[in-house]
Amino acid sequence: MTPWPAVVAVAALSFALKAAGPALLGERELPPRARAVIALMAPALLAGLVTVEVADEGWRTVDPALLTALTAVPLLRWFRLPMPAVLFGAAALAAAVRALTT
Amino acid sequence: MSNELPLCDHGLSRQRLRAGLRVGFSLGTASFLLAVSFGAITQSQGWAMTGALLCSMVVFSASAQFALVSTLGAGGGVASAVVAAALVNARFLPMGVSVATALRGGRLRRAAEAQAVVDGSWAAAHLGGGRFDRWVLFTASAVQWVLWVTGTVAGAVLAPSPHLQTSLGLDVVAPVMFLFLLLDAPGADRPYWTSALLGGAVAAGLSMFLPAGPALIGAACVSLVALARPLPKEDRGEAYRGHAGEQAGTEPR
Repeated sequence: MTPWPAVVAVAALSFALKAAGPALLGERELPPRARAVIALMAPALLAGLVTVEVADEGWRTVDPALLTALTAVPLLRWFRLPMPAVLFGAAALAAAVRALTT
Repeated sequence: MSNELPLCDHGLSRQRLRAGLRVGFSLGTASFLLAVSFGAITQSQGWAMTGALLCSMVVFSASAQFALVSTLGAGGGVASAVVAAALVNARFLPMGVSVATALRGGRLRRAAEAQAVVDGSWAAAHLGGGRFDRWVLFTASAVQWVLWVTGTVAGAVLAPSPHLQTSLGLDVVAPVMFLFLLLDAPGADRPYWTSALLGGAVAAGLSMFLPAGPALIGAACVSLVALARPLPKEDRGEAYRGHAGEQAGTEPR
């Protein structure tokens, strides 16, 4: 049975979380201080997004395949590969590590 | 000043469309397989096909949807499942604020345009200096949405093993992309890398006792260090203009 109340609630909350900032700020130009904060938000969040993926389930397990794939990223970039090639190269590496270790 | 606003006002050029499509298809392929897993899980939990389909259409967030089905599957109840999904999606609040100046129209249209904010598209659309390419954001998200919804239907119909994407290594695509985009910042300066290191460290620490959503909010709060620094030059962000612009091969701005 589909948990409709949960689906509807999650949909409404997701919509509101994304919409709140743009709807409330409108076309107002942010002050320089706020722009400076936002400029540093991208690197902080990107690094955070990588970290929470590695720290799956509160650091109880760390996936060696994921670590291998992440380690390969600077190397693959060094060969000036475009993003799609880096993504699939890293995925293939992770698949190979799992195939060898399981 | 004249350098700033036009970045968000450029029309949809072929190069920018290509950049968005490239990002969308790169991430969308992995999203498709993730969605197949999601669709398969919903069927194992007895959801109606329309429930899985509508959930993917309107929520459009792998992390929130997996949090939802995982919590429900573990017997956590509706309230716990909704809270878990909302916490995971809490990062969309600062992300939405960050893209606000790239969106157009009245409140309703802005709210609607903000729905294109998903992790990969948001990161790829970042031009540096807190500015975003709206068309890369929209195009990349549109492609991913179609593949996410299609994948859900495929998963619900075919119900393959949820471990398919793990064995193919496709679950690493998202973090690999985030790292690629983090490193793909030509001319990134000291505050950029300091923010990245602190953001990673805070997320690492918070992940020990908090779910991913609040840990990411903590990481985003690191950017508040900018308040303690002297104001940057107006064009400092140009130094690490990068992702979408570089990939699109757009002209220097």
